[in-house]
Amino acid sequence: MSLARLARLVARTGRVAEPAPQRPVASPPGDEPGPVPDPAVLHALRGSAQVRHVDAGSCNGCEIEVAATFGPVYDVERYGARLVASPRHADVVLVTGVVTRNMAEALRLTLAAVPEPRLVIALGDCARNCGALRGGYGVLGAVSDVVPVDLEVAGCPPEPAAIVEALRTVTGR
Amino acid sequence: MNAVEIGLAAQGVLALLAVVLAVRTDGARRNVLAGTACAALAGAGAFTGALAVAGHEGSLTLRTALPLSPLSLAPDRLGGVFLLVAGLVGVVASVYAIGYAHGAAASRSQWAALALFLLGMQMVPAAADVMTFLLGWELMAAASTVLVLAEQAHRAPAREAALWYAVMTHLSLVALLAGFAVLAAQTDGTGFAALAAVDPSSPEASLAFGLLALGFGAKAGVVPLHVWLPRAHPEAPSHASALMSAAMVKMGVYGLLLVTLRLLPGGPTWWAIVLVLLGATSALYGILQASVASDLKRLLAYSTSENIGLMVLALGLAVLLRGEGLAGPASVALLACLLLVVSHAAFKTTLFLGAGAVLHATGERDLDRLGGLIRTMPWTGAAFAVAAMGAASLPVTGGFVAEWALLQALIHGGRPEDRLVAATIPLALAVVALTAGLALLTFAKAFGIAFLARPRSVGAASAHEVPRTMRAAMVAGAVGVVVIGFAPGPIAAVLATSAGLRGVDAFGLGGLRLAGVGAVLDPAALTLLGVLVTLPALVAVLVLARRRPTVPDVDAWGCGGLRTSPRMQYTATSYAEPLMRIFDDVLQPARDVEVTHVAESRYLAERVQYRQAVDDVIEVRAYAGLIRSANRLADRARGIQNGSIHRYLAFSFAALVLVLVVVAR
Amino acid sequence: MSGPLRTAGHLLVVLFQVAVMVGLAPIVAGITRQARARLEGRAGAGVLQPWRDVRKLLGKRPVHAAGASLVTRAAPMVLLASGLTVAALVPLVAARPLPLVPDDLFVVVSVLLVGTVALALLGLDVGSAFGGMGSSRHMMIAAIVEPTVLMAVYALSIPVGSSTLSLIVADRRSDPTSIGSPAGVLAVVALVVVILAETGRLPVDNPSTHLELTMVHEAMILETSGRDLAWVELGSWLRLAALLGLVGNLVLPWGVATDLSVGAVLLGVVAIVAKIALLAGLLGAVEVAMAKLRLFRVPELLAGSFVLAFLAVTASYLVA
Repeated sequence: MSLARLARLVARTGRVAEPAPQRPVASPPGDEPGPVPDPAVLHALRGSAQVRHVDAGSCNGCEIEVAATFGPVYDVERYGARLVASPRHADVVLVTGVVTRNMAEALRLTLAAVPEPRLVIALGDCARNCGALRGGYGVLGAVSDVVPVDLEVAGCPPEPAAIVEALRTVTGR
Repeated sequence: MNAVEIGLAAQGVLALLAVVLAVRTDGARRNVLAGTACAALAGAGAFTGALAVAGHEGSLTLRTALPLSPLSLAPDRLGGVFLLVAGLVGVVASVYAIGYAHGAAASRSQWAALALFLLGMQMVPAAADVMTFLLGWELMAAASTVLVLAEQAHRAPAREAALWYAVMTHLSLVALLAGFAVLAAQTDGTGFAALAAVDPSSPEASLAFGLLALGFGAKAGVVPLHVWLPRAHPEAPSHASALMSAAMVKMGVYGLLLVTLRLLPGGPTWWAIVLVLLGATSALYGILQASVASDLKRLLAYSTSENIGLMVLALGLAVLLRGEGLAGPASVALLACLLLVVSHAAFKTTLFLGAGAVLHATGERDLDRLGGLIRTMPWTGAAFAVAAMGAASLPVTGGFVAEWALLQALIHGGRPEDRLVAATIPLALAVVALTAGLALLTFAKAFGIAFLARPRSVGAASAHEVPRTMRAAMVAGAVGVVVIGFAPGPIAAVLATSAGLRGVDAFGLGGLRLAGVGAVLDPAALTLLGVLVTLPALVAVLVLARRRPTVPDVDAWGCGGLRTSPRMQYTATSYAEPLMRIFDDVLQPARDVEVTHVAESRYLAERVQYRQAVDDVIEVRAYAGLIRSANRLADRARGIQNGSIHRYLAFSFAALVLVLVVVAR
Repeated sequence: MSGPLRTAGHLLVVLFQVAVMVGLAPIVAGITRQARARLEGRAGAGVLQPWRDVRKLLGKRPVHAAGASLVTRAAPMVLLASGLTVAALVPLVAARPLPLVPDDLFVVVSVLLVGTVALALLGLDVGSAFGGMGSSRHMMIAAIVEPTVLMAVYALSIPVGSSTLSLIVADRRSDPTSIGSPAGVLAVVALVVVILAETGRLPVDNPSTHLELTMVHEAMILETSGRDLAWVELGSWLRLAALLGLVGNLVLPWGVATDLSVGAVLLGVVAIVAKIALLAGLLGAVEVAMAKLRLFRVPELLAGSFVLAFLAVTASYLVA
């Protein structure tokens, strides 16, 4: 693509990020009360949260929503959240899907690799309570059966707005 | 008899003592006694060298030692520098050898050869005439050939290396003999003072220069005469490798300095261009080979070729600039050459001794099978790291100072008016820069792969720290690297005086000022500045480390799995792979991929074997043909010799007639 | 003013410059990210986001893999020290060489290389496959960048007869025609390419990649966490900021303080902050329009910049 065309494209597209909604209230998102993150951890992570995403056995529905969350329209990066490749750089482990037997050890290892203070977010109904996949032969359990969960996002899959809200709770912005 | 003379005489006596001790004692006592005597011999050399550098004069002449002319030793200041360097390296290597020598390397012949090697090497820079010089040269060559064989004579590569080395070193001797003979024929006498009377612009002088450059270049390991170096260094015991690489090849550089500064100063410009070209080729080719080598000692050997190349380049540059009337940059270039000599001696000694320690502790020399040694061998690791920094020319080490001086000489040597110089200098600068960049990679690889990461073999995993004498020697070498790095001023000032250079003085906190080009370097002040600006972060680290200590994890991040095999790490070969691809045309590696398929299907591979070998292109291309024709010639010569006594008598008669004809003419 | 007092004052200016650069360096990273975000239609996290990241990282407990040696602890500090020393040496606020430690470009380059090597060793230390890969690529790039850097230095130093950066900057300021001279332009272009390579920017390395196989810089620091990561990031940003500042002062040498009066220094600070911010924004904008080069195309790019530097040398001979 020529530079001029690119420049025209940039000018025509303008800003696609939607205006920021109100800052979320302290209570966690979702219809039923879930776990509440430790305020000390939230204080330590204020303004900046690097996210390592772990797919522990998801149907990829949540992944699409996570991708949308970090895309230009919802643009969760504006609140200080960023996806990272290495758990050593992460503050938040974002787990999607039920925890399958094959992924349980990997999930534990991932959490061990994340420096403290850190948070675990269980994203989607599968991660919270196994959802539709409860009782499956390869399913070990929900995320909280394997690692301690600090925050939950309900939905199957959860909307990007809900994920944004959860991450804004973490960064406090 | 003054102190210099006592020092010279002491070397002879101590060498004799060392040989006697080596032959007459046994077991561990031989190591200690002969090693101490060798160290004392080298110490006497260093002492004499230091006196000579300080300006003391003295000469030792043994009239009856040689049949034709007396044995005459009288080190001048420049020779003193090389004597001092050889002596100091000798002390360190001898002390190291006490702990290192075991098995075949602790034999009588090894220790006796070591003593004679040291003596020969110390005679060369002290010699005042050609005969003494060549005697020392030959003693050094013969004794070091024995040392190449001392440890692994049972292995074919070692025997082959010794053969290559013996042939090359004697060809070098022949070239030197011829070169000096040409000079001596122009004057009366064989003393260096007498030879200096030859007119450098005469064709005879050019012939002599060509022959001498060939001879000294072969000894120094200048490409394309370097072929013995990467063979002999890995096979010799490590203290001998250190001596050969850090001190002996420098005698080649000393020889070139002797020719260009003392015997034939002010020769034609093409001499300088030849030296710069030779130096640039060696530097670049040497470091390219080193960067892809995975045998640690072979890597170091090629890096010696690189450093020698830089020295020769600096020398050629000095001669070139002096010829152009640029006295300031010329003296800086010469100073750079001497600084390279001194700093290379320090870091290469340490590196070879470190490689020896690794070999001693793990039985491995192949970087692809090492790893994680810093945890089991912290002393060796630290000394090797410092020396590797020196070899990579990083501040604050001697290597950095030397390279800085060379670069300063280069950027101030630009002469747009003279097309030859205008083309030479930027290209030389580019070569030096690429060499520096590749050296950085080479030594990051050598240290990182050998000492960091996880052990890649059983030998590396069961390594242990080496005995105290070896540690002391390595630490002494590393200290030398750092001292030159921190206080280059006084050292450079001494070097400048010994080479008769002006405009070099100490400055600031041990810094160096080059008045000729208006540049200053004060590594100590630079370090202070660095520490000063980092101080807040250092304090923060100490506070935070106490408040929030680190947490150990079971393993490195393996994407959620536990890595069980250290084979998943990068090796030295894979580390250099990108470089190998870039310089594919120069290095011409031989690659071989062999895929074994599963019997049922062509689509499934059972086993994949990948082989890669980097041969020395120059050796393969240039020498294979030479060796073939030499063999053919030898076969033909065999035809003349049929064992008949009559024929031999006829040969003698013919030779006699020929001599009579020549003499009577 | 007497000698020692003048030196002390000068040192104070240098320390002030370092302080400014430390404050500015994360913002430079923030500006490039923000510029990128805006051009991609995003809102962006704001230019202060890197500072928030650093503050948070300093409060975390680093996790060290089993078998990590002293190198893992020391390398981040060495990288930071190298960045800070470069920020102290390069003429950013004032173009006056310190008497004992003049800003010789060879010294600056070698101090940068100390950081480069520290990072490469950090990548190798724990023996992870990605770390070794990043380290190998990083050193390969550093090795082939070196000739271009020194060649560009040579071209810049010819008109001044010195490799001291302050003198080069001061000379370009007093003689603005040298800025537009072919030699000057070619040398600066070559220098920009190698700065991009050395600081891990597009098109040589993608600073925001999540894919390990394409990483260079990120792959080496995959194992680094907590405050160690903060030092590494700060050190890398400092290198970027200082080098951008150098380019800024070479291209627009106005506003640099040539004496050490309070007014001149303050003007120098304002000028350098403006130049660096401008260049950082430009860098972000350019990166949007660029894709990362395949690793083995990088040598071609660098060879091209080497040719530019060589042309610069030739041009400075012909035009001088």
